[in-house]
Formats: sequence, structure tokens, C-alpha cells
Amino acid sequence: MFTDDPAALADDDSFLEQGIIDSTGIMEVIFFLEEEFGIRVDDDELIPENLDSVNRIARFVQRKRVAA
Amino acid sequence: MQALGAGKVFGLLLPERDSSPESLERGRALVDYLGIDHDVQDIAPTLAALGCYRWRDDAIRSVFPHYDETWRSKIAIAGGDKGRFNHFRLVVEDPQGRVAEQRLGLQPYLQIVAATNYKQRIRKTIEYFHADRLNYAVVGTPNRLEYDQGFFVKNGDGSADVKPIAHLYKTQVYALGRHLGLPSSICQAVPTTDTYSLPQGQDEFYFALPYQQMDLALWAYNHHLTAAELAETLDISVEQAQWVFDDIEAKRRATSYLHQKAVLLSSVSEV
Repeated sequence: MFTDDPAALADDDSFLEQGIIDSTGIMEVIFFLEEEFGIRVDDDELIPENLDSVNRIARFVQRKRVAA
Repeated sequence: MQALGAGKVFGLLLPERDSSPESLERGRALVDYLGIDHDVQDIAPTLAALGCYRWRDDAIRSVFPHYDETWRSKIAIAGGDKGRFNHFRLVVEDPQGRVAEQRLGLQPYLQIVAATNYKQRIRKTIEYFHADRLNYAVVGTPNRLEYDQGFFVKNGDGSADVKPIAHLYKTQVYALGRHLGLPSSICQAVPTTDTYSLPQGQDEFYFALPYQQMDLALWAYNHHLTAAELAETLDISVEQAQWVFDDIEAKRRATSYLHQKAVLLSSVSEV
């Protein structure tokens, strides 16, 4: 996103519907999450319910860290 | 070729280390059938000199440390046809035929794709050399599925002066081939990427479904049919049909930049 305005992306906005993330973009997100939070994202977790908004990612990472 | 005459068409057969021998055979069958002048150039030494294979193999070894040039490999897409995010898997086969696969992380994925894209870009460089030498135009042959879904390498096979079949669904391209009486080995060929050393169908690498079904799905999506109507035609669930529609739209979004010209900071309206 070519903006510094945090309001341009609401925490519940879908990355897919906003056209922000493609298949390479999702690989970047996974790479970041695994490096930053020390979690391992499994294949069957690569679903929009886990990764398709800021809030969904936050909840997903929280669940993974609790489970670890 | 019929429009221009055989004397004004030049064919290029450009195999490399990982090309299937059948591709060269079909290429020879076509130029023989058309009766056009052509050249065969093995681009493997050029690719090796550029480091194409080395960069690719280094990336593969970061995932499978025992991999060497006696192994075979390919990349497969997964997820989009199951309602997940598309992601890529690396598949390797050792000389004993043992197959292993793993989801690719960001860096090895980018490096493998970047390295293999050398193949399409070197071919295009050679095509433009001959076009310049002969004062010809370069013909590109994406079909509608490939063109719409961005299944090409920017400045590689995606580059051409004329793309005469970009509006035709793949099914129509095969029908046109039969109508023109092309050799049966061509009319019956299964679409492959012919870029990786392991056999790899286009549907495995990129599309959610085999091309016959993918053609119908794209046609249905373009003509605003519902997922339920596609599901009935393809004998798949409505949920699966919706995933295919979603995947078509996701690939359009992801690859739209491949069709775009370079971004300028200020317009140059004179040209």
C-alpha cells in the first residue's frame, strides 16, 4: 500500500477484496509471521479465516502461540 | 503463415537441459509441415553461463540439501482449488525415483522462479535477434486462458509484436489446429510448462483445473453464469465452483501488473 495513512486499511478489511495480497504476498506474510513470532504455519491453515485481515492474523497468531 | 507466405516466416526451436524431447520433435514436425526456414539452438550453454541452473539448484538445496543435478524437480501450485490461499510446493525426485515435496518458503520460491524465468527471457532475446536481422515481427502464442490469467513471464514469453490467438480459448486453439490439419502429435499434445525437469502439466503448475474444464470455467465466469451452473456442468460441488471463480479473479488481480507498461512519474503525452 502506497500510503502512510493507517486509516486506509481497517483492521477487519479483507486483504483479498482490497487487492492488497496475492499468492506471493501471502508467502511474504507467512515468512514474516514465522520469523517474527516463531510459529509454524501449516498447509491447512492457509485459509482466509486465519490470514485475510489484520484482526484475523492477530487472532491466528494468538491461537498458535497459546497452542505452542 | 497462410496470410504471410512460408517465405516470410522464420521458426525457432530453442531447447534447453530440462526440455522434453517431444517438444523438439513437435517443433520439427510443425516447421516441416509448414515448410518454413528455421533454426535449432540449444540454449543450455547460455543459461548455464548466466547461472540459471546454479541459482535454481542452490535454492532447491536450501529446501532439500541432498539435491544435485542427477535429481529432477518441479514446482506445483496448491490451495486455490480448495478455498485456501494459493501457495507453491517444491517436488523433487532422486535418481532412485523417490519423491519428496515440501511447501516453498518465500526466498527459495522467488529464486527458483527468477532463475527459471531466464529460460523464457533468453528465448525472447533470440527471437528478437532474428526479428531484427530479418526485419520481421515476433509472434507470441498465448491463448486466452494464459493471457487472461497471467500465465507468462514478463519480458519473456509474454513479449511479442503480434498475439494472434490471445482471444481464443484453449479448446478453440486445438480446434483451429485440427481445422488447419496440423500434425496429430501437436493436436493431441497435453499442455505442459516444459520448464522443469519433472513432468509438469499446466494445471498442476498454475491453473485450478485441466484446460478443458478451465476453459468452461473462464467462459462461464466471463458470461456471468453462477457457480451452481458451473458446478452442474463440471460435476463438481457448488463450493468448488465458487473457489474456481474466486481463483480466476485472484489470478487476474495478482498478474494485472504483467500487462501494464512501466509507471512514469509524469506523463509524456507526445508519444
